[in-house]
Amino acid sequence: MTVNHNSDKPNAQREIMNDSAGNIREEQLDRDSVNLPVMVRGLTKRYGSVTAVDHISFAIEPGSTVALLGGNGAGKTTTIAMLLGLITPSAGEVRVFGADMSRNRYDVAQRLNFQSPYVDLPARLTVKQNLTVYAGLYGVANAAERIAYVAEHLQIKTLLNRLTGKLSAGQKTRVGLAKALLNAPELLLLDEPTASLDPDTADWIRRKLKDYAQSRNATLLLASHNMAEVERLADRVILLQAGRIIEDGPPKALVASYGRETLEDVFLDLVRGKAKRATAETTPDPLRNGP
Amino acid sequence: MSAPRAMSGVEPVLRAPSGISASLRRIFALVRRYVYLLRGSGVRLIELLYWPFLQMLTWGFLQTYLAQTTNPYVQSAGVLIGSVLLWDILFRSKIGFSTTFIEEMWSRNLGNLLTSPLRPYELVAALSLWSIIRLAVSMVPVAVAAFFIFDFNLLSLGMALAAFFWVLVLTSWALGLVAAGVILRYGLGAEELAWSLAFLLLPICCVYYPVSVLPEWLQPVALALPPTHVFEGMRSILLDHSFDPAQLWWALALNAVYLVAGYATFSWFLSRARANGTLLQLGE
Repeated sequence: MTVNHNSDKPNAQREIMNDSAGNIREEQLDRDSVNLPVMVRGLTKRYGSVTAVDHISFAIEPGSTVALLGGNGAGKTTTIAMLLGLITPSAGEVRVFGADMSRNRYDVAQRLNFQSPYVDLPARLTVKQNLTVYAGLYGVANAAERIAYVAEHLQIKTLLNRLTGKLSAGQKTRVGLAKALLNAPELLLLDEPTASLDPDTADWIRRKLKDYAQSRNATLLLASHNMAEVERLADRVILLQAGRIIEDGPPKALVASYGRETLEDVFLDLVRGKAKRATAETTPDPLRNGP
Repeated sequence: MSAPRAMSGVEPVLRAPSGISASLRRIFALVRRYVYLLRGSGVRLIELLYWPFLQMLTWGFLQTYLAQTTNPYVQSAGVLIGSVLLWDILFRSKIGFSTTFIEEMWSRNLGNLLTSPLRPYELVAALSLWSIIRLAVSMVPVAVAAFFIFDFNLLSLGMALAAFFWVLVLTSWALGLVAAGVILRYGLGAEELAWSLAFLLLPICCVYYPVSVLPEWLQPVALALPPTHVFEGMRSILLDHSFDPAQLWWALALNAVYLVAGYATFSWFLSRARANGTLLQLGE
């Protein structure tokens, strides 16, 4: 089934629901959305005359790792921020575990967590103090044990009594990840999780994330412009350009469908307008959750 | 780095996310963050005491000098020191609320807080509770020092002192909410507002002189401000040894209105910040 992910028509989302195949009805989708970690319909964000995110729709199945891929200003961070409730959409709907994030985000806030280079943990608190505060905010009853465990797992045990502001970029990333894993979130949102890290540390973080997702059947949604990272981690890629979804599918399928060697080649072709499919349509129905 | 191991082991035991106990838990978790901050910085602790102490000394010595004159107003024990101490309750509580909020922006932590289960009203409650704790840390030693240095006992205001305290603190929270909202919306460029907003009240709420000194047209404005009733009440106790409790009820009623307006302003600016996407851009 081919779906137009972006449309200027106001009833674009309804079109998606009532596709010709008729496989997904809106009522069914609403029912299913309770179980879906993420469901986005007709999501739009405008800042004055600038449209940062333009009528995008997609859904994410439990246990999958999905990457929002795109260049600077493609709308990745804005999309993640709307999923978190940090930015209010201009139009459209965001549901996380069935909860409308603009109205009922506190119903599900304990089931998700996030990490981003755009936010920090307080620099003047020690790592342990920061993790203790966030364990309290997320309602972790066995905070001391959980912090000790996460610290050991992420190899930050020796950093626990150091000031967070004195840590290196790699150490800060691991501490940020520790904060994001304290409540063992079912949905983990990551914005550029390995930005500014050396290749070794970045690789280590990726393995940790993959390990976490697999061992807990957790859902990961990451925004990145690191193609290698996306190929390594994601089982589905949503390619954004100028706020619109231009491709959506498994990384290997995308590479194959464009007859290219790597995802980076596909990305460069697409953003430069040189892309030409070598095979038939691979874009999945965004509301049928991709692969 | 060594190879990662499977992420199984100590599972988090998650408490129910809603209800009063959950709210209190989150409020105290955030207050704990501020306690950590203060505990870890001797400079902050000294700063908390430094300015109120300096104010008290300056006005205390002025009062001592003026007491040698024949004016009965300034001869009366502790009117100026009392004014200074009560004004500092309002000012320090307001500063405690606002700067603690700004601290979250300086540290770029607001995004983490606002995506956690912490509700905005819990954030406000934590800031309010912390402003009282800060106030106790800064004002109790200064009030004790005023007693030993100038023989002024703040407790001589009697039971009215408790009421004065709450009127001033509630006003400071209302001001703090407005300042926090504006900073949230316009970023740290509006930080100056956190410091200067309380000073706007200084000439109008008659800290050091009676309301009758103001021009007639300004007097209703002054009486619409809850702190005015506190300073009038304090002078009435110290100079005339009498006090009209109706003034306090009036001040508390005014405070209720200002607090509701303050929270509505904060909520509105927060929703504007979410709409304008500024929450992710806040920071130093």
